[in-house]
Amino acid sequence: MKITMQDVEHVALLSRLELTDEEKEEQLVQLNKILEAMEVLNKVDTSNVEPLTHVLPLKNVLREDEYRDTLPKEKVLQNAPDQEEGMFKVPRII
Amino acid sequence: MSKYEAVIGLEVHVELKTKTKIFCGCPTEFGAEPNTNVCPICLGLPGSTGVLNKKVVEYAIKAGLALNCEIAGYNKFDRKNYYYPDLPKGFQVSQYDYPIAFNGYLDIEVNGETKRIGIERLHIEEDPGKLVHLGETITVAQGSLIDYNRSGMPLVEIVTKPVIHSGEEARVYLEKLKQTLEYTGVSDVKMEQGSLRCDANVSVRPVGSEKLGTKTEIKNLNSFRAVQRAIEYEIARQIDVLEDGEKVIPETRTWDENKGITLSMRNKENPDYRCFTEADLPPLDVSREWVEELRNSLPELPDARKKRLIEVDGLPEYDATVITSTKALADFYDRTVEKYKDAKTVSNWIMGEFSRLLNANNLEVSETKVTPDGLAKLLGLIENGTISGKIAKQVFEEMFSTGDDPAEIVKKKGLVQISDQGQLEGIIAEVIANNPKSVEDYKNGKEKAIGFLVGQVMKATRGKANPGMVNKLLKEKLDQI
Repeated sequence: MKITMQDVEHVALLSRLELTDEEKEEQLVQLNKILEAMEVLNKVDTSNVEPLTHVLPLKNVLREDEYRDTLPKEKVLQNAPDQEEGMFKVPRII
Repeated sequence: MSKYEAVIGLEVHVELKTKTKIFCGCPTEFGAEPNTNVCPICLGLPGSTGVLNKKVVEYAIKAGLALNCEIAGYNKFDRKNYYYPDLPKGFQVSQYDYPIAFNGYLDIEVNGETKRIGIERLHIEEDPGKLVHLGETITVAQGSLIDYNRSGMPLVEIVTKPVIHSGEEARVYLEKLKQTLEYTGVSDVKMEQGSLRCDANVSVRPVGSEKLGTKTEIKNLNSFRAVQRAIEYEIARQIDVLEDGEKVIPETRTWDENKGITLSMRNKENPDYRCFTEADLPPLDVSREWVEELRNSLPELPDARKKRLIEVDGLPEYDATVITSTKALADFYDRTVEKYKDAKTVSNWIMGEFSRLLNANNLEVSETKVTPDGLAKLLGLIENGTISGKIAKQVFEEMFSTGDDPAEIVKKKGLVQISDQGQLEGIIAEVIANNPKSVEDYKNGKEKAIGFLVGQVMKATRGKANPGMVNKLLKEKLDQI
């Protein structure tokens, strides 16, 4: 599989990255190199191997339905670039 | 017959009634001051990692079982990635390819026929925060304010198969879903508070066609009535589009309640959610023992309960339907019948006076002071002749607001029925003397005139006269004249 310039632009948009033309070219080369490396792994026969979703042998980590402390309001909004009436304020969405 | 057939699927989000959020210990209460029920986990602050609330898993399984689903043994969680300000982490934790429950159904009744609505899946996910737009609508707003209290509230999303064919079926399914989940106690299921939210996928196709038409998704359905009306409008709109030789555009539409129409919100861009495993949450193995334990903890569900009321208690189907409409009402009925065996009389009072007072005062069963024990005692007082049925209504109203014992109310207010023959005869003689015109009418064959005279006796005794005796004695006296 070959990454195209369109793919680079799409991934950049999804990642909210603004790339210059130069950077896009650079990404195009690098992403293709990464995929080439993956192609090597793809050669391994995994037909009898269950897909691995987690690397640690952990399961059923659960907590009881009990209260924990909430964050004080001034701390909640401490890093908010803008706020109003105790809420985070963001520019127009659509 | 229309040339077209509508195909509808519903996606319903239900907020689970846990004390704390899905991955952190913040309270889930409704209506708290903005951004006070939050912590680093539900704010998505870097470095924070949540731990799954056991109760969320239990409630999801109970909901799945109540909807006749199979329960998955192996569960994992996934990140659904998208950017929207109400989603602080930049992804929503959900179950993408392994829903905890799947392949269920609910039976509904429409126009006297039973129809099985297949349920594709039920999965666990977290709610995003809540946005308040600074302007009339989102598109003209100067900006938006975010309250993250709702962020991380536990949800289950319940998705039907595309097997619903009308707005009415959709509404009835949703009502049945609400009723069933209310019985299990896993959610408040209140549409007006947003703990039950419904989106509808609607498409139409020519009758006989196998292929599904292009669908639109309708949002902002805030009531059962809105669900039905919006779907009916959307079906008609799509048929018009096709009849004009045009194509239905795949898009998200919003229901405008005041105008009674759906409006285009946005084209359905192909969202690239890049779902992948949430590695911060270990997988969840649900044992068969756990599932059985939860199955045994489920209460008798609406269909079974209705059947029992008809078959064991001998109630008419209509009564059984009304009584089992909510668990609270059905419990009230059952506990009354334990103390007063005449099921039909209990049912009449619950469907009549009790429901009337609940509606008039806009109260829920749990908010009233009257108890099943009190109602049973009241019915006993009617049966042994202490009070008439009419007076009983007055007593019940008092019980409804004060919770006082009916016998006490009767005593305090002097409402004991007058069944003393001598006393009644005296009053009847007076009424006959004072109403010669009605007496004459009656003697001339106008039988209805006796009703007026009975009314006068009741009036004179402020409703306390034993109506059966009044009728009998009055007739005797008149026939003697």
